[in-house]
Amino acid sequence: MFARVVWLVLRKDLMVEVRSLEIAYTTLFFAVSCVLVFAFALVQEGRPPEDGAAGILWISIAFAGTLALGRAFERERQSETLRALMLAPAARPAIYVGKLLGIVALLVAGEMVLVPLIALLFQAPLLARPVWLAVILVTGTVGFAAVGTLFAAMLVRARSRDVLLPVLLYPITVPVIIAGVRATAALLQPDVDGEILRFWFALLVCFDVVFVTLALWTFEPLMTD
Amino acid sequence: MPKWFTPAVALCGLMLAISPFLIANAPYESTMGLVQKIFYVHLPSAWMFLLAAIVCGVASLRFLFRGDPRHDRLAWAAAELVVLFGIVTLVTGPLWARKAWGVWWQWDVRLTASLIGWMVSVAYLLLRKYGGPGSDKLAAGLALFGMANVPFIYVSVNYWRTIHPTTSVVPTLPTSFGLPLWFSAVTFLLLFVLLLRARVRLEEQRAQLDALYLSVDG
Repeated sequence: MFARVVWLVLRKDLMVEVRSLEIAYTTLFFAVSCVLVFAFALVQEGRPPEDGAAGILWISIAFAGTLALGRAFERERQSETLRALMLAPAARPAIYVGKLLGIVALLVAGEMVLVPLIALLFQAPLLARPVWLAVILVTGTVGFAAVGTLFAAMLVRARSRDVLLPVLLYPITVPVIIAGVRATAALLQPDVDGEILRFWFALLVCFDVVFVTLALWTFEPLMTD
Repeated sequence: MPKWFTPAVALCGLMLAISPFLIANAPYESTMGLVQKIFYVHLPSAWMFLLAAIVCGVASLRFLFRGDPRHDRLAWAAAELVVLFGIVTLVTGPLWARKAWGVWWQWDVRLTASLIGWMVSVAYLLLRKYGGPGSDKLAAGLALFGMANVPFIYVSVNYWRTIHPTTSVVPTLPTSFGLPLWFSAVTFLLLFVLLLRARVRLEEQRAQLDALYLSVDG
């Protein structure tokens, strides 16, 4: 039952998105603009800053992620569909997981474009170890989106939600950004230090576990009027 | 206000007036000299910063699962004190660090954790002020996530080197340093309790006023 609700919510979100592609296009264009701004600001005389690529990748993901979260729930608000979703006889945590997976899918799709672009503009060997990079990106994105989905869902009813989402989200997700940047930076070194990489990756996994658990636990009381 | 409030305010004022003399009369620390005296303000305010954060987190947790508005008012008042004592801590710290470490700021465990904790509480207050109806629960959720963050920041930055003095220094202090420190700590604690009580009372009266307006309208 739980898995079925998750699947239905996820399928609904993806179907709405595939029909218009509104969030995918706008978020992706915004993320690419971010990367270009960083490239104009930091690449001097053809030389990119040392170790800059990891930070720029994660900043772009965080910025684009905030935009995607805001838009995804704005859509639910416009025709009061979030209320309908909450009234449905389904477990609240399942609805949350469905929404979370939808956001993660969107962000991962965006990252597939961002990674080659940053590798190109900042001359970083991001694609040298694709499996590790993919694992780190997905783990970090889940951590960021776990908090983001909960906050964006709660902010649907609040005033000035567009401003408040980044204000609330960034201080809370700083640890996941720190761990993501450090793990990616470790991966970009010519000789990868396995111990450092595993440490930051383990931290990302811990972050995911704690924040998804906390979000599942508080989604019910937080979304009840 | 409870009966003890006015005498406590007088006592706190008296202690605030005495403590500069105690701090001025404390001996100079051999290596750091005059700048070490910041420590008598920095350490107690950092303790109150931490205490306020704990009060805010626990009250938020209780509000979220019990729904008692008294806990919500307590959490709000404590969050304001987190910001207040956080400013004192984050201003006095770099003043000392510039002299002792040669830099204003280091990305060290305690500094990073304090800064992020302070930012979460500022976000909490922004949410309370501009979030509109329903922001009380959201703010409680934010406080919970903020609390859950602390161990992560602690672990992640601990992996880097740390230069902040550890808490093991405090019990080993000689009396000449310890007396002004503990006096200052008690003064700050009293100030904390008084500010918290006054702020909670303000919210209680606002809630009463709202209830009265509602009863007149209805």
